[in-house]
Amino acid sequence: MSEHTPKSAPLAGRWAIWLPLALFLGFVALVIVGLYRPADRNVASALVGKPMPQFDLPAALPGRPGLDSRVLANGKPHLVNIFASWCIPCRVEAPQLGALAKAGVPIEGISVRDTTENLQGFLQQNGDPFQRIGADDDGKVQLALGSSGVPETYVVDGKGRIVYQHIGEIRPEHLGLLLEKLKEAGQ
Amino acid sequence: MKRLIALIAFALAAPVFAQEEQSSAPYAYRQLDDAAQEARAQDLMETLRCLQCQGQSIADSDAPIAGSMRSLVRERIRAGETPEQIRGWLIERYGDYVSYKPQLTGLTWPLFAVPLAFVLIAFFLLRRRFTTKGNGQ
Repeated sequence: MSEHTPKSAPLAGRWAIWLPLALFLGFVALVIVGLYRPADRNVASALVGKPMPQFDLPAALPGRPGLDSRVLANGKPHLVNIFASWCIPCRVEAPQLGALAKAGVPIEGISVRDTTENLQGFLQQNGDPFQRIGADDDGKVQLALGSSGVPETYVVDGKGRIVYQHIGEIRPEHLGLLLEKLKEAGQ
Repeated sequence: MKRLIALIAFALAAPVFAQEEQSSAPYAYRQLDDAAQEARAQDLMETLRCLQCQGQSIADSDAPIAGSMRSLVRERIRAGETPEQIRGWLIERYGDYVSYKPQLTGLTWPLFAVPLAFVLIAFFLLRRRFTTKGNGQ
């Protein structure tokens, strides 16, 4: 075949011989970029922007109402904090939740896989910013909300729609963003 | 003396108790009574990702949230839901990431289509080569 082809063909062939190597190097570059890019291990809830699922959790503490999702649609924005006494980062975010409660933000709690006794100890040690605390003893409501761990905090608008999900503990630098999301949710 | 030691032991043990997660999920570590239902639940659980220990399936994981997910799967299977309904319910909440079973979606269809396209291209290239030879060149 090569005897009949014009002179330019072998030249093109010489260039084409590098093509597999170039493809391979491109692939290696892609893998290196993927390896060194910091991985995001958070699993965000797919329910952001959608209505809060219906649930009705029993009271976690005597003398404190449990959490019925209908309360969240009372016209005012709420924070829904998913926490537990066994969760260490929940202790870290407690002062921030306290500050938000002091600023007049209604904070509703969902305590996951917890006991009344442990919960009481936790609130005594770390402060108690919650209006209501629902006991999610089997973790079903946590799953219904698309939450993959504790702590997580949802901003819910007055119509009961989830507008924002904060994954992990609320550190002081997150307060501004949360307050902004609450303000947006109130409009 | 014995009482004192017991007291000290309890005082030291208290923080351990406090850290413990206590789940009331009934089917986290209990199989369904109906073997056929349990088999269906097991097959599904092996293809669902534990959200905490993200390389494991919920069937393999001892994380408490995996226990909650197993119980959810078994209770829903027992109530008559199909495995794909339950998978769909979880994907609605956690996205495709929660499922190990590849789904054919607007994003993933090239993964299935490209190999087919390569086979077709190879077929046409080879056919051309074979037919030119056949023409006696």
